[in-house]
Amino acid sequence: MCMNSFLQAENLKFSYINNIEEPPVRTEVLHGVSLDVKKGEFVALLGHNGSGKSTLAKCFNAINIADEGKVYACGFDASLEENLFPIRQRVGMVFQNPDNQIVATIVEEDVAFALENMGVEPAEIRRRVDEALKTVGMYEYRGHAPHKLSGGQKQRVAIAGILAMKPQVVLLDEPTAMLDPSGRAEVMKTIKMLKEEMCVTIVLITHYMEEAAQADRIVVIDNGSIVMDDVPKRIFSQVEKMKSIGLDVPQVTELCYLLRQQGVDLPEDIITEDECVEALSKLLLKK
Amino acid sequence: MAIIRTENLTYVYGDGTPFRKVAVDNVNLSIDEGEFVGVIGHTGSGKSTLIQHLNGLLQPTSGSVYIDGEKLWEDKKRLRDIRFKVGLVFQYPEYQLFEETVYKDIAFGPKNMGLSDDEIDRRIRETARMVGIKEELFDKSPFELSGGQKRRVAIAGVMAMEPKVLILDEPASGLDPKGRDKILGQIREYHKEKKNTVLLVSHSMEDVAKHAGKILVMNNASLYCYDTPVNVFAKASELSAMGLAVPQITRVFKRLDQMGCNIGEEVYTVDFAKNLMLKLLNRNNNMEE
Amino acid sequence: MLKDITIGQFFPGKSIVHRLDSRIKIILTIVFIFMLFMADSFYGLGVGIIYVLGAFLLSKIPFKMMLKSLKPLVPILIFTGILNIFFITAGDPVFEWRFITVTDMGLRTAAYNMIRIIGLIIGSSLLTYTTSPIALTDAIERLLSPLKKIKVPVHELAMMMTIALRFIPTLIEETDKIMSAQKARGADLETGSLLQRAKALVPILIPLFVSSFRRAEDLALAMECRCYHGGEGRTRLKQLKTAPRDYVALVITAGFVFLTVFADKLA
Repeated sequence: MCMNSFLQAENLKFSYINNIEEPPVRTEVLHGVSLDVKKGEFVALLGHNGSGKSTLAKCFNAINIADEGKVYACGFDASLEENLFPIRQRVGMVFQNPDNQIVATIVEEDVAFALENMGVEPAEIRRRVDEALKTVGMYEYRGHAPHKLSGGQKQRVAIAGILAMKPQVVLLDEPTAMLDPSGRAEVMKTIKMLKEEMCVTIVLITHYMEEAAQADRIVVIDNGSIVMDDVPKRIFSQVEKMKSIGLDVPQVTELCYLLRQQGVDLPEDIITEDECVEALSKLLLKK
Repeated sequence: MAIIRTENLTYVYGDGTPFRKVAVDNVNLSIDEGEFVGVIGHTGSGKSTLIQHLNGLLQPTSGSVYIDGEKLWEDKKRLRDIRFKVGLVFQYPEYQLFEETVYKDIAFGPKNMGLSDDEIDRRIRETARMVGIKEELFDKSPFELSGGQKRRVAIAGVMAMEPKVLILDEPASGLDPKGRDKILGQIREYHKEKKNTVLLVSHSMEDVAKHAGKILVMNNASLYCYDTPVNVFAKASELSAMGLAVPQITRVFKRLDQMGCNIGEEVYTVDFAKNLMLKLLNRNNNMEE
Repeated sequence: MLKDITIGQFFPGKSIVHRLDSRIKIILTIVFIFMLFMADSFYGLGVGIIYVLGAFLLSKIPFKMMLKSLKPLVPILIFTGILNIFFITAGDPVFEWRFITVTDMGLRTAAYNMIRIIGLIIGSSLLTYTTSPIALTDAIERLLSPLKKIKVPVHELAMMMTIALRFIPTLIEETDKIMSAQKARGADLETGSLLQRAKALVPILIPLFVSSFRRAEDLALAMECRCYHGGEGRTRLKQLKTAPRDYVALVITAGFVFLTVFADKLA
C-alpha cells in the first residue's frame, strides 16, 4: 500500500519575493537542500524560527514551487502544474493554529471539506469521514461545533480532515505549538498511530525535543541548509552543536552530557527516560 | 507584607444558565512582595480566571481580592489605578500591538497612566533594554518585527508601567527553544533588578522549576497548593495524576529512588541533578574505600 | 458580555423543526415575515405570533433562549415604539400636552410594529437555532443557484458566508481577549466623550484587523492544501432532500397565511 509514498528534494532552492518594496526584494530561504524521505518513515524536522523548515515542508505539497532544483512527492514532479492536485491529495498538511485551518462550522463537515473539493461521491464521503473521525478518536464529536473543542481535539479534527483524503504523507507544521501538555500528548499519540498502523509517512516540524526523540530520524535545518541528518540518538548526543544552533536536547541527555564532562562514565546516546534511569541506577547501585 | 491576598475568592461563569461553571472555587491565597511565583495547572483548572481577578478584569462572584492592602471593586474608579499596579501580559501578547512604531506601542501603557514625557521616555528605554529590544528598532512598525521581537515589545509595554506585580500568561509559548530561554531569562533579570513580584503562568514545569521561588498549583478550580518547588515536586505523583507534566528529570530521580538508589532529595532542575549525582557518586566511592 | 449574543447560534437537536429541509425553512421564514407585514390588525398579528410560537414549541429550544435573543433588541424596540407614538399624528388624539400629541393610530401602529419586530426576531432566530449554519448556506446556495446563469458567484458567496459564520465565535473571543489586554494596559473604554471613546477603539480594532488578515491567510493556505479550487466539480457530504414533512409544513403555513387574511377581515 505504501508504494511511491516518499518525498525527494534535489538541490532545492527557494526564495520569497517581497513585492511591496520597489524593486522587489528576493530573499533566498532554502539554499540547495537535498533530502530523501522513505516510505513509512517518521522524520522530525528541527530548526529555530526562520530557519526555513516550514518553507521546505511547503515545497513538498506544491504550495511553494522550487526556484531551482527538483522536488518529487510520491513520484510526482512538484514543478508541474498538472500535478498540483494529485500531490495535495497524497501529501496532506496540518498547521500550527488549530483555529485557522478548520473551515466548516460542524466537525464532520470540516472533515468532508477536502473530499467535497475532490468531487468524491456523497456516500463515499460519508464512509471516509466516519472512518477518519474514528481513527483520530473524534467520532462522538462529529456533530459538534469546532470552536467548542479543546486545542488537542481541534488538531485531531484537522488531522482527520487530511486523513479523509487517504494521503500517503502527512506534513505537520508545529501541530503541538499552541497546545497544552495533554493536547500535545493526544496529537503525538495520533501521529504515532498513523505511522504504525496506517503506514503513513510523517514529517513533523516541532520545537519540542521529546517529540522529536520519538521519530525515526531527525533532520536539522539551520539558515536554509540541512546541517544534521541522523537517527535521534546520534543527533542529541551532539549537545554542544544542538545548543549552538539554538536547539535543545532532552533533559536526560543534557544531564548525562554534563556528568560525562565531569568524568562520569556514561554512554553518549541516552535520550529517553528509561535509558537514563537504567544507566544512572547502574552507577548508583554498583557495589 | 502580602502584596496579593484573596479571601474566599469564587467565580462562577454563566450563573443561572445551563452552562454554569465554577471557575474559581473558594481560593485563599497570600503572596508576599518580591516573590517569583510559578503558576501551574492544566487547561480549565482556573488559573487564567484567577489571574484575571488579580488586576480587576473580572469581578469575583463572591469573596474578595486585596492588592497592596486595598480591596478591589470597593470603588470602581480605583480599578484603573490598580491595573497599573498589577501588570498583566496575556498569552500571545503580540496580538495586542497596534501603534505605528515600537516606541509608541511601549508608550501606550505609561501614557494612560498620565506620566510626563520624560518619564515615559526613560521607562521605554529602560524596559526595551531589559527585553533586549535595540533602540534602532524604536521607529519601526511593530508589525515588521520577527515573532520573538514582537512578543518582547508587547511584554515591554506592560513592564514600562512599572507594576508592583507582573503577571505573565505563558510568555514563551510557540517560541523556539532559544527564544523561550531568552524571554524567560529576561523576565528573571527583570525580577532581580526590580525586586518586584512576578507571577509566571506556564504549562512547562521545566520552566517553572528553573525560575520560580514559589509554585502555585491550581486544580479543578481550587488552589491545590502554594509552596516552595521542593515541597511541590515532592508531590510529583499527585501532580502527574492531575495531568500535569512533571519535569523529565524529576521523574527519573523518583524512579531511581523507588529502585532503592536512596536519592533523598527532590530533583527538579538539570543543574541540581548533576550536582546531586556527583555527590551521590562520591559518597559511593568513599564508601568503597 | 459579547458572549451573550445568541443570534445566529445553532442549537443542535432532533426535533421536527430541526429536521425540516433547510431550503423549506428559509422559504417558510420568508413567508412568515411576509405574513407579519401583511397583517393589519391585532387578530392578524396574533395568528402570526401563534404560528411562530407553535414552531418554537415544536423545536424544543428552551424558551429562555428566545427571551435572550430579544434582549439586545430592546433599545430598537423602544426606539421604534417612541418614533411611532410621537410622530404619527393622524387619528384621534388620546393625549395632548403642549406640542406632543399622541393619537390612537400612533399607539396602534407602535404596537403593530413592535409585535412585528418581535415576531421577526423570533422567526429568524428560530431559523438559525434549528438550522446548522452550513445547512443554511447550503440552502441559500441552492435557492440562488438559478442566478449562476447570469454570472452571480453563488458558490463563492456561500463559501464566504460559511467562513464568516465559522469565524464569528473565534473573533468574538479574540475581541474579548484584546479588550482585556488593552484594559490591562490602562485603556479606558468606558468613559469620555464620544470622540474619545471612538479613539479608544483604535487599540482594539487594529489588532483585530491584523489578526483577521493573518487568520485569512492561514485559512486560505489550509484550504489550498485540501484541494480547494472553487465550486466547480464539488460534491457535498450532505444532500438536501425534501421529505413529506416538508410539504406538510408548507401546507400548514399556507393555512396560516389564509388565517391571517381572514383574521384581518374579521377585525
